[in-house]
Amino acid sequence: MAAIFQGVGAAAPLSSSLSNSFDSNKSVFSPRRSFSVRKRASFAVVRSDGIVNLNPNGRSAQRLVSNAVATKADGPAASSSSKPGHELLLFEALQEGLEEEMERDPRVCVMGEDVGHYGGSYKVTKGLAKRFGDLRVLDTPIAENSFTGMGIGAAMTGLRPVIEGMNMGFLLLAFNQISNNCGMLHYTSGGQFTIPVVIRGPGGVGRQLGAEHSQRLESYFQSIPGIQMVACSTPYNAKGLMKAAIRSENPVILFEHVLLYNLKERIPDEDYICNLEEAEMVRPGEHVTILTYSRMRYHVMQAAKTLVNKGYDPEVIDIRSLKPFDLHTIGNSVKKTHRVLIVEECMRTGGIGASLTAAITENFNDYLDAPIMCLSSQDVPTPYAGTLEEVTVVQPAQIVTAVEQLCQ
Amino acid sequence: MALSHLASSSPSRSANLLKPLSSAISLRRPISTDTTPITVETSVPFTAHQCEAPSRTVQTNAKELATFFRDMVVMRRMEIAADSLYKAKLIRGFCHLYDGQEAVAVGMEAALTKKDCIITSYRDHCTFVARGGTLLEVFAELMGRQAGCSKGKGGSMHFYKKDSNFYGGHGIVGAQVPLGCGLAFAQKYCKDEAVTFALYGDGAANQGQLFEALNISALWDLPAILVCENNHYGMGTAEWRAAKSPAYYKRGDYAPGLKVDGMDALAVKQACAFAKEHALKNGPIILEMDTYRYHGHSMSDPGSTYRTRDEITGVRQERDPIERIRKLILSHDLSTDKELKDIEKEVRKEVDDAIAQAKENPVPEPSELFSDVYAKGLGVESFGADRKEVRATLA
Repeated sequence: MAAIFQGVGAAAPLSSSLSNSFDSNKSVFSPRRSFSVRKRASFAVVRSDGIVNLNPNGRSAQRLVSNAVATKADGPAASSSSKPGHELLLFEALQEGLEEEMERDPRVCVMGEDVGHYGGSYKVTKGLAKRFGDLRVLDTPIAENSFTGMGIGAAMTGLRPVIEGMNMGFLLLAFNQISNNCGMLHYTSGGQFTIPVVIRGPGGVGRQLGAEHSQRLESYFQSIPGIQMVACSTPYNAKGLMKAAIRSENPVILFEHVLLYNLKERIPDEDYICNLEEAEMVRPGEHVTILTYSRMRYHVMQAAKTLVNKGYDPEVIDIRSLKPFDLHTIGNSVKKTHRVLIVEECMRTGGIGASLTAAITENFNDYLDAPIMCLSSQDVPTPYAGTLEEVTVVQPAQIVTAVEQLCQ
Repeated sequence: MALSHLASSSPSRSANLLKPLSSAISLRRPISTDTTPITVETSVPFTAHQCEAPSRTVQTNAKELATFFRDMVVMRRMEIAADSLYKAKLIRGFCHLYDGQEAVAVGMEAALTKKDCIITSYRDHCTFVARGGTLLEVFAELMGRQAGCSKGKGGSMHFYKKDSNFYGGHGIVGAQVPLGCGLAFAQKYCKDEAVTFALYGDGAANQGQLFEALNISALWDLPAILVCENNHYGMGTAEWRAAKSPAYYKRGDYAPGLKVDGMDALAVKQACAFAKEHALKNGPIILEMDTYRYHGHSMSDPGSTYRTRDEITGVRQERDPIERIRKLILSHDLSTDKELKDIEKEVRKEVDDAIAQAKENPVPEPSELFSDVYAKGLGVESFGADRKEVRATLA
């Protein structure tokens, strides 16, 4: 029931016209996910049980929040109560997804530091302990190596733990468990055991959190065979990916971002999941393909505003699936625009961008008119000073310059 | 040791006179079905930490002793055969042999059901067999063939048997203990009324994650039993050089512990039964099995650079687990020496047959390289080493 988006409409990539509303002056009513190419009006919502519901009644205005730390929907006077769906913040979307899955499947349990009584350091697990009890929402001591191992051991018997790293960086302590046991046990046991764990937590560069709390572990984990990695960026895909990850038989690492937890968006009321292996088309375009994920999506969209004013038409894709890459969506885009810019928060060396560059070059070299450009963070520990920290991460101005360079 | 005295002081002379007659007339019940209880004392009493030690007196019967004997002979023979196969380069990589430690595997199995879980590290051949694995599966896996328990893709250190709750088979020592506590957590979560035995060695006993897992298990009252198979050497490092406190059964601190003579299968059985009962009621407990491995750490280790040959032969003479059971059987007149030797011959043939069968078995298909990476197909493409061909779909 996880693979739900294939075959609906044309074979063209999904076009989520979320980005069409980045112009804040106009209130644009655009569909969230249209499954047919470029048709604004028609769209489909695929339910978790696989039933595709074409054109459900009404559609809500999507307000793209380009500033990554925005909390209020800078919406027009239109009242929210008349629109379907409900508005919530990203951490609430994660919590909703988690709660729904825990209700649906008694085998789902959560373990992590301060997830239970405290409610989670980013409130993602708020209220769950009260509702589901101490055996299903487990407060662990500060022992990442062992509680990750315990989650994996429990998964070997059929339970579906959701393991939280309070900050992704702490999961480095559990690297052995994640690499050797989580990723490889299905293979080394000849298929006897599946490990349906979800390992999740916030990562990325925050607001002056210091070097050790600003890590991007996706680059470290990407070589581990046997795991899937996804990164969420909006409340909609956060909930969808959380649910899909829990339902997946494979171990999934869900990367959240510290600065995106307070994003607000309106999401559907009905049950839905997002395909784990699929990229999201944020803004269709013609001139250049910009591939990004997580927080950098918002920097890219901010840059896109400027670019449009300058006359460019960038196509922005939120790759979402970090392992494996959705080469189908990406490939179709490359075949259309012939230029690629990757904007990521990983460090230059050995990051997701590096792997993506290699993958695109190998597969689509013939379609490229220019070498792939990759904008990544600097290869330095993230400094504390705000001005320095800003420089380590890719900023919208750099993205604009890069596109101009690429499109010469 | 008390047993050997018992044997020599028994009316052996009269037994000798009787032997020719009894073997012809077979007055005894066949050993394999006789369940009359026999009471035996363990070689040494148990040493306890924070709990009441179980009694030294163990109940057993002829059938059980016969099973112990046969199973241990199979294991011993299997490991010796693996030694030869390794030297013949049919087994490659790492091969860690368990001979000398058979009593732990066999005694533990006798105290458990198949609902209880066992997880251990890389010295797992015999534990796998005790849990119901066949010799063919063992040898095929060791030689990297299709009929192996992990389809030839795991190797010596990755034996698993899900249907009898044997969870392996792990290369990085210490990592299996949190996994084992996770198994115990799942058992508690699903109200299984079963326990998990997480085995590790004296070397791995110094891993931090062990104490982390023990802490969590004690906090959450999990039915986890941590078993330290103390063979006194962590590869080449003797226990006194690696552990400030080599009393591994005491290192649980708040968790109770029991020290057991790991070369005595009946003592192991008694301790495991005690531990199971304890864990179901009171949470984790540590068992320290005082055992010994005759081989080196692995096939690349001669095993004599850090210990003397005299020590090895000494243990073999004094404490060998198979010999102990053999003496028990003979002293209680449950079988004859010849019968036991026949069993050994039979086992030898069985092992040889399994090896022959495994040798015939084909190596895995090339497509197996990409299967079982993920549980469900993703449609992701993977390239061979030349980056041009072998575009396989990761299944």
